[in-house]
Amino acid sequence: MKIAVASGKGGTGKTTLSTNLASFLAESRETVLADLDVEEPNSGLFIRAEAGGEEDKYKMIPEWDAGKCTLCGICREVCNFNAITQIMDEIMVFPQLCHSCYACSELCPRDALPMKKQKMGVLRYFKQGNLSFVESELDIGEEQAVPLIAQTIAYVDRHCPGDVIKIFDAPPGTSCPVIEATKDADLVILVTEPTPVGLHDLSLAVETMKALKRDFCVVINRDGLGNADVESYCVRENIPVIAKIPNQRSIAEFYSDGKLLYHEISAVKDALEKIIAYIDARPGAGKTEKGAE
Amino acid sequence: MKEIVVISGKGGTGKTSLTASFAYLGAGEIIVADCDVDAADMHVFLQPDFANEKDFYSGQVAVIDPGICTDCGKCARTCRFDAIRVINGRHTVNALDCEGCGYCSRICPVNAITDKDNHVGWWYCSAIKTGAKMLHAKMKVGAENSGKLVARVKKEAKRIAEKEKKKLVLVDGSPGIGCPVVSSLSGASYVILVTEPTVSGLHDLQRVSELVGKFRIRSGCIVNKADLNRHKRDEIHAYLKQNNIDHLADIPYDETFTRAMVSGKTMTEFTGSRVRKILESTWNKIVNK
Repeated sequence: MKIAVASGKGGTGKTTLSTNLASFLAESRETVLADLDVEEPNSGLFIRAEAGGEEDKYKMIPEWDAGKCTLCGICREVCNFNAITQIMDEIMVFPQLCHSCYACSELCPRDALPMKKQKMGVLRYFKQGNLSFVESELDIGEEQAVPLIAQTIAYVDRHCPGDVIKIFDAPPGTSCPVIEATKDADLVILVTEPTPVGLHDLSLAVETMKALKRDFCVVINRDGLGNADVESYCVRENIPVIAKIPNQRSIAEFYSDGKLLYHEISAVKDALEKIIAYIDARPGAGKTEKGAE
Repeated sequence: MKEIVVISGKGGTGKTSLTASFAYLGAGEIIVADCDVDAADMHVFLQPDFANEKDFYSGQVAVIDPGICTDCGKCARTCRFDAIRVINGRHTVNALDCEGCGYCSRICPVNAITDKDNHVGWWYCSAIKTGAKMLHAKMKVGAENSGKLVARVKKEAKRIAEKEKKKLVLVDGSPGIGCPVVSSLSGASYVILVTEPTVSGLHDLQRVSELVGKFRIRSGCIVNKADLNRHKRDEIHAYLKQNNIDHLADIPYDETFTRAMVSGKTMTEFTGSRVRKILESTWNKIVNK
């Protein structure tokens, strides 16, 4: 079962929830945590696990072969991203603009633009008891997060088979990286805070999840901070609010040192138990099926 | 004319609250641009009138004409983004997965596929409560090319600043280090990095400042919630010194941030608050950079 933790607004507590939920679950069962916020991956700052290894991740970029090229111009014409240009009698490829669609490479009549691997980031994997942890980090200067997110999910699918709970810590926002991180999730937990900005970005995230036809629910973090508008919105829209984490300075202080919270703060443990109960009560969750037998 | 861009790497550090507060202090001298087009929030603080709505088109999306399509499947085999699938026996484009590369429409043997211009959102040139102009945008759900929308919002902000002879364009950027951030940095004269004294705040500050370094733009840092963790705050101060980043201010953990937001105000509208005094002196430093 894949559970994505997303938010719209940044800094609402996605990583806090993902890392605490995964570690708490792993105390009693196999759990996978994948950090898909590849631009700024932070889960690894909270998970103490032994490094299992790392691998470079690549995207495919065309490379010009001057010997074969006749400067016919087809590659430039077919590239919708202006990633190929001709200067004098040389073809130049701009890797940052390339979307790896292969059109130029495969439509070139002379095979003068073979696709070559180019490093875009690194994937690391860790193991600690029941917890498998995977994180990817985009190289600085690389602009496209989506290919690395897709490869990280593919890695999890390949290496972590079976019906265990897989938690995906998604990037903030509502555009392509978020869609890539949530589009195959069985459940999306939207973390928000009870403020006008939290509400505005929550409503954007809700619209995105509706467009993706995902099942989703809400966790309110920093409960008690702002006003009740987020809760009224969820009631009005019929969105389940499955848990609340209180607004406490001590939570922010533990977080600031990279510490997990549920051992220290009982309100966080209570919230995690509610979230797990909600997950386990869903069809497709391993535990419920066993209970029903 | 100067262009000052506020970014943070990590989300939720207080970037938008601070930018809106500076916009309030800058009043008549500035044009504001909300370039966090993914989750644009400056309007909560500055109350723009959403005037002059304009459509924004960027990129394309493939559309299959079912009357012409013979379901040969060549398009689905060609697509590297897995955007064409067979639904109820017919080849169908999933617009959310389509990157608009146009490859399928070029190779379709019966010309059943066309590339349609993608309507990705809207942009506005509004007046905010101080009377200043604000450029901002709304993206459609799941739209791509937020980097291009950022570029458009910035371009219009600069054009208006030049026309109205304003000294400064103040830009609120996105979290992360990807295409919308890169797009907001291009052409900037000074970058403000907003961080917080947490393990993730420092980690993300390091990554985003490395990105700014690649553009060779001078930058300064505001440490928000500075009293949350003294040890981490000191680490951030040391990092700034080592990397020649101006230390602009430490702002204490203060729920004025939230109170202001709930009432739809900037922090600088709370006259007499300790945060306002810090922000005034910080803004003076920034303007003189």
